[in-house]
Amino acid sequence: MEDSAGRQIVSHSEPGPGDGGITGSWRVLRPVINLDVCIPARQKKEACFICWLYCPDVAITRSVPPVIDYTYCKGCGICARECPAKAISMVEESAFTKGEPHAPD
Amino acid sequence: MHRIESGNTAAAMGVRLSRAQVIAAYPITPQTPLTEKLAEYIEAGDMQAEYIPVESEHSAMAVCIAAASAGARAFTATSANGLLYMHEQIHWAAGARLPVVMCVVNRGVGAPWTVWNDHQDSMSQRDTGWIQIYVNDHQQIIDTVIKAFCLAEETSIPVMVCYDGYLLSHTYMPFDMPDQDKADRFLKPFEPEYALDPKMPANLNTVTLPETRMNIHGIESPGYMEFRARLQEDFMGAIDSVARIETQFSRIFGRFCDPYVEKYRMEDADTVAVSIGSLSYQFRDVVDALRAGGSKVGCMGVRLYRPFPSRAVAEALGAARKVAVFEKALSYGYQGPLHTDILGALYASKDRPAVYGHILGLGGRKIRTPDLVDAMKKVLAKPVGSQVRDEPMEWIGLKL
Repeated sequence: MEDSAGRQIVSHSEPGPGDGGITGSWRVLRPVINLDVCIPARQKKEACFICWLYCPDVAITRSVPPVIDYTYCKGCGICARECPAKAISMVEESAFTKGEPHAPD
Repeated sequence: MHRIESGNTAAAMGVRLSRAQVIAAYPITPQTPLTEKLAEYIEAGDMQAEYIPVESEHSAMAVCIAAASAGARAFTATSANGLLYMHEQIHWAAGARLPVVMCVVNRGVGAPWTVWNDHQDSMSQRDTGWIQIYVNDHQQIIDTVIKAFCLAEETSIPVMVCYDGYLLSHTYMPFDMPDQDKADRFLKPFEPEYALDPKMPANLNTVTLPETRMNIHGIESPGYMEFRARLQEDFMGAIDSVARIETQFSRIFGRFCDPYVEKYRMEDADTVAVSIGSLSYQFRDVVDALRAGGSKVGCMGVRLYRPFPSRAVAEALGAARKVAVFEKALSYGYQGPLHTDILGALYASKDRPAVYGHILGLGGRKIRTPDLVDAMKKVLAKPVGSQVRDEPMEWIGLKL
C-alpha cells in the first residue's frame, strides 16, 4: 500500500469511524435514539447493541446509553430498521437547522 | 543450456524460472500452448504453483489481482478478444499497483474473426497503465518474462510482455535457457510492502473522492488524482528501472540488448525504418539489401513502448533525414499509434526528420521482404527535409 519511500500508492483504509470520510455531510435523515425505549438505556446495563453492530460507519458507540457520532453517521437508517425496541426514529435533518420553520419546539 | 522450442514454450519456461506462484488463464489462440505448458509443468510437479482454471479472461485477471494482493507472484497470458474481455480488470490491476505479469501473444481483433498476427490487441491497451515491452525473438521472450517480474515488483506496475502470434509463438528457434540458480540470483522472491493479512484488516482500492480526505488516524490521504499522479511519476521512473534491470541481467547472464530501441546499421543512416516486434528483425534483411545498393538505410525496433522512451527514440532518430514507420496497428481516424508517438518524440528535435507512416500485416497479411524493400525505395525517393503534414499513410500488401 505504501512504497519503500513511505508514500501511499494504493487507496486503502482500515476499519473504524471515518473510514469513508466525513460522511455526516451526506445525511438527510438523522437517527435519534429515544432513551426511554432503548434497551441498554432502560435497563442501565450492557445489552442489545444491535445498532452498534449494524452501523456500517462504526458511528454508534457500544456504551450505555449508545451515542451516535453525527460527524460520520450518513443517515442510512439501518440502525432504526434493526433496533428491536423501535427506539430509533429517522428525523428530517432540516428539523435541526436553527430558524427553519420545521424546527422542533 | 541451449534449447530449440516454440516461442510459447520459451515463455512458459521463463514463467517457471521466475517461480510464479499463481497462474490463472483462459485458452485462446495463439496463446493456448503457453498456458497448456504451464499446466503441464505444475501437474508434473516441475513447478510449485497454483494453476487456477477460470471461465473467462476477465476472471483470469481477477484471480491474478487477488493473488498479487495476497502477496503471490501471479501470471496470466492471453490474445486479441480475450485481452479485450479482460480490459476492465487490466485497468484495475494497474490502479491497484499489482505487479502482475502477462504475456500478450499478439493477434488481430474481430470483427471479422482472425486468429493471425497483428498488434491491434495490445496497442488498444496502451493507456491502461501497464508497462508494455515488445520482443523480437525467442531468447528475448524467455529473458524478458524473467526481467518483467523484476520490473513489475520494483515499480509496482504490471507488465505486458508482447510477442507476435504464430511468427514467434508457434515457430521454433534455438535459445539459451537460463539456469535456475542464475534466475534465482537475478529475481528474488516477491516481498510486497503490504499483503492481505487477517491480522491487519484493510479495505483495498476503496472509493476515493474528488478531493483528499482524512483517514481514520486524522492523516490527509490521497484522492484519486494523487494516486494517478503517483502512477505516472513511477511510470516515468520505470524508464530508468528498465535500463538498470537490463544491466543487472547482463551481469549474471552475459547477454545485453538495448532495453529501449534496438538499432541496426544506423550509425550513418539518413533513412530509418521503425517498427515493433519480429517485423523489426525482418527489416534487417531489407536494410542489408538496400545497403548493398548503396543507400544509407538503417532500422530500429521499439522494445519498450510504455513508458515510451522518447529521449532514446529522439536520440536514435535525430540524425536521420527521413523516418518510415511500419505498423501492424491503427488508431482509426488518425494514424498508427507508434507513428503518432514518434512524431511526438521528435517534435522538440532541431532539424527533425520527415516521418512517413505505413500500415501492413493486419490480420496476418503476409509481409514480403521485397515489398518492404520497395516501400523503403519509395521513401528514399521522397525529397529530403520535407515535413509531412497530411500525407496519407501507405498501405503495404493491400490487394483490392
